[in-house]
Amino acid sequence: MYEQFKARAVGVGAEVHRVGTCSDAVEFILSFLKQEGIAETPGSYAVWAKGSFLEAVDRGALAGVPGLGFEVTRERAAQAKVGISDMSFAVADTGSLVQDQAAPDQRLASALTGIHIALVPSGNIVADKTALFTRINPKSSRYIAFITGPSRTADIERVLTIGVHGPERLIILFVDELGGEQR
Amino acid sequence: MKQEFKASINRALNDANLTGALGKFSEAYKVNRTKAYEGIDFEELRGRIAEAKSAAACHLDEVAETFRKNAEALGAKVFRTRDPEEVKQYILKVARENGVKNVVKSKSMATEEIHLNQALLQDGISVAETDLGEWIIQLAGQTPSHMVMPAIHMTKEEVADIFSKEVNERLDTDIPRLVKVARNELRPKFLEADMGISGGNIAVAETGSIVLVTNEGNARLVTTLPRIHVALIGVEKLVEKFETVVPILDALPRSATAQLLTSYVSIITGPTRNDDGSEKELHIILMDNQRTEMAKDPKFKQALQCIRCGSCLNVCPIFRLVGGHVFGKVYTGGIGTILTAWFDELKKSEEIQGLCIQCGNCTQVCPGKLDIPEMIMEIRRRLVLEKGQPLVQKAIFSVVNNRKLFHGMLRAASVAGKPFTSGKFIRHLPLFLSELTDGRSLPAIAEKPFRDLYAGIEQPKGKEKAVFYAGCLIDFAYPETGVALVKLLNKAGIEVIFPEEQTCCGAPALYSGAYEVAAQNAADNITALLEQDAQYVVSACPTCTVALAHDFAKTLEAVGRTEWLDKARQLAEKTVDLATLVKRLVDQGRLSFQEGADLGKITYHDSCHLKRTLKVSEQPRELLQQAGYQVEEMFECDMCCGMGGSYSMKLPEISAPILKRKLKNIKDTGAPLVAMDCPGCVLQISGGFDQDGAPVRVKHTAELLAERLKD
Repeated sequence: MYEQFKARAVGVGAEVHRVGTCSDAVEFILSFLKQEGIAETPGSYAVWAKGSFLEAVDRGALAGVPGLGFEVTRERAAQAKVGISDMSFAVADTGSLVQDQAAPDQRLASALTGIHIALVPSGNIVADKTALFTRINPKSSRYIAFITGPSRTADIERVLTIGVHGPERLIILFVDELGGEQR
Repeated sequence: MKQEFKASINRALNDANLTGALGKFSEAYKVNRTKAYEGIDFEELRGRIAEAKSAAACHLDEVAETFRKNAEALGAKVFRTRDPEEVKQYILKVARENGVKNVVKSKSMATEEIHLNQALLQDGISVAETDLGEWIIQLAGQTPSHMVMPAIHMTKEEVADIFSKEVNERLDTDIPRLVKVARNELRPKFLEADMGISGGNIAVAETGSIVLVTNEGNARLVTTLPRIHVALIGVEKLVEKFETVVPILDALPRSATAQLLTSYVSIITGPTRNDDGSEKELHIILMDNQRTEMAKDPKFKQALQCIRCGSCLNVCPIFRLVGGHVFGKVYTGGIGTILTAWFDELKKSEEIQGLCIQCGNCTQVCPGKLDIPEMIMEIRRRLVLEKGQPLVQKAIFSVVNNRKLFHGMLRAASVAGKPFTSGKFIRHLPLFLSELTDGRSLPAIAEKPFRDLYAGIEQPKGKEKAVFYAGCLIDFAYPETGVALVKLLNKAGIEVIFPEEQTCCGAPALYSGAYEVAAQNAADNITALLEQDAQYVVSACPTCTVALAHDFAKTLEAVGRTEWLDKARQLAEKTVDLATLVKRLVDQGRLSFQEGADLGKITYHDSCHLKRTLKVSEQPRELLQQAGYQVEEMFECDMCCGMGGSYSMKLPEISAPILKRKLKNIKDTGAPLVAMDCPGCVLQISGGFDQDGAPVRVKHTAELLAERLKD
């Protein structure tokens, strides 16, 4: 299912990567932030929304990275180049990510920023929406968000253009160590 | 039709940008939609959607109430109203109570329906549409021309001009740059807004959830950043079960934009926290505005199964020529005609209902299983009931209802048409009739109609008999098609009976909404065709076949002449189209063609009624191949030729470009011969080639097959 997911997600313009451990993921992200020139200046921030990944890793390696913050306010997110958040599920047949984003910082980090890095447990790839719907429940999740590729429009002359109001890049990072079956 | 309306059609037809953009889009859409649905059983999928939505429409009030209870239990405020005016007052009240100054909106046709922006602006509240297309038309002071792609009628040059004024900077036409300008201009508006207004693609009663489907990400910001979220949702979006979200999400993006899924889907169930920690005020307005009345009407209840994907517009041969604005200011295309008739008033649809050519393309792709042409026919019927028929039409149909007079006039026309006739065509007509021969010649009325030729045909007498229903065109313009039919059936040992009392099938009257006239035609034909005992009633005109097999009973029932229903059904059961019957005879070994012939390339045009109502498309192709032709498929082989019965007389300016496209598609195959199974299409297409001058022969399949029978 990973291969199918990857093909579909790449097909709609997402970038898909996979690492073994959480520390591999941290390394990937830190090197990416460096490459993108993340710094303590407006427009160059990175914001990281709270979630199970941050609970699972040793935050020591993340402390003191210039420009990277874990308090996701609208001001901070609006000036962030990169937003990082967990996404609980990957849906193979459409290349979609799904997460309970009832907490507003989850949405700010994945909606206002120019680049969204999504951390997904490799074990949580499901075949399709029908399979997904056995795992999500609107009664306990007030804002279930599906994200499929970057923000797009074709409203001017039907020409597909990336990055209108949401991120223009979606980087999906599967982490094997996160396992699955978690929210 | 009023001059004003005709003028708006002509403006649209002459807008090269519009017809170019829509034409290209509709061609790409067909291919992309097919690809998006690969591996999906569309019939099964739309069956599930139609069933779930129809169930909700059956007890709309109850479902809405369940939604209200469940959403309110979670802390949302739900307001139900029938009246659009109350919707505006409610939103203004919420705005005033909360000191709202700035509103951002994501796309919502329901807000367009009630002209909400105007009401907010009048109250001194600034409103920004944030969907790119909606923002463009808001800045331009226009209305949406398509429910999914509101600015599809505009060029990048126009957009650049509008944006340049907005940002006080001369922008060029680079589309990614224009999109970036929109992002930068709208971002501060999102951050400053006190209220976000969205629509809703689905509302789930059992969970109190609303589902928003977008690509740009604006709905996520509209529902996240402002402290108040108001969702305005038409009650037709209600479904009972959460599980119904799956089939709708399977179909909506595929049908709307040929995507497997849009970039974003948000399922919102009750209010969430704002980013400052306060609880968001969530107001959900369930708006009725005639929808309950619609649900109670057996003919229009199906309209509530619509999921607003706009695919009916994307496949419509008329929409791609004239675009949306000809239809009105809110909902456009075929579905728009129906919604306008209900949400506005029946009278408002008087002119636009005439735009539907009844080709049935939309019925093939609709994920809600709406029969839009059928509903438009019902609108026509009700308009005629309400307002009576136009005088000229009434005069014509009173003749059509008197067979002897009607046929007498057709015979007279053969003589009267002589001065204008050259060969088998009338190329020019004088005065007010001249439009009818603009781009298409008309067939000359045959010197001897089929009914006169019939008596001279010697037939084998046999036990197996078929009653032949010729229809006006074969009888009076193309008797040779009738002769070919007799030859084919005789060869298989079937005797053909031609009842003299048969008359017009009533389709012209029916498609004009004159049901009483059509019902009388139905009754006269039922009597004539059932008089003699025969195994089949066969026709070589699909429109007539549909009349006999489907419409007679419906029409008679609609006008309350139920005493005819049994006989109408009896006739329907016996009725068969020629292609189906001949294919059956060939398969049974009762008919065969000369062997070893290589007759070269031929292309085949699918007639609307044959393909989409009678579901016959393979039979004629297989027969032509068996007769020795090599079938070369044309592009858009099943797209309407623009004839549509009297449509080509009422709206020749629309019919002509549709025909032109068809001629081009035929010529592009390189085949010197095009076959079809409808004399109406033969009339249109052969008339087109007569003026176009291309050496392509146009033939009814029956004639081509009869030529190749084994001796």
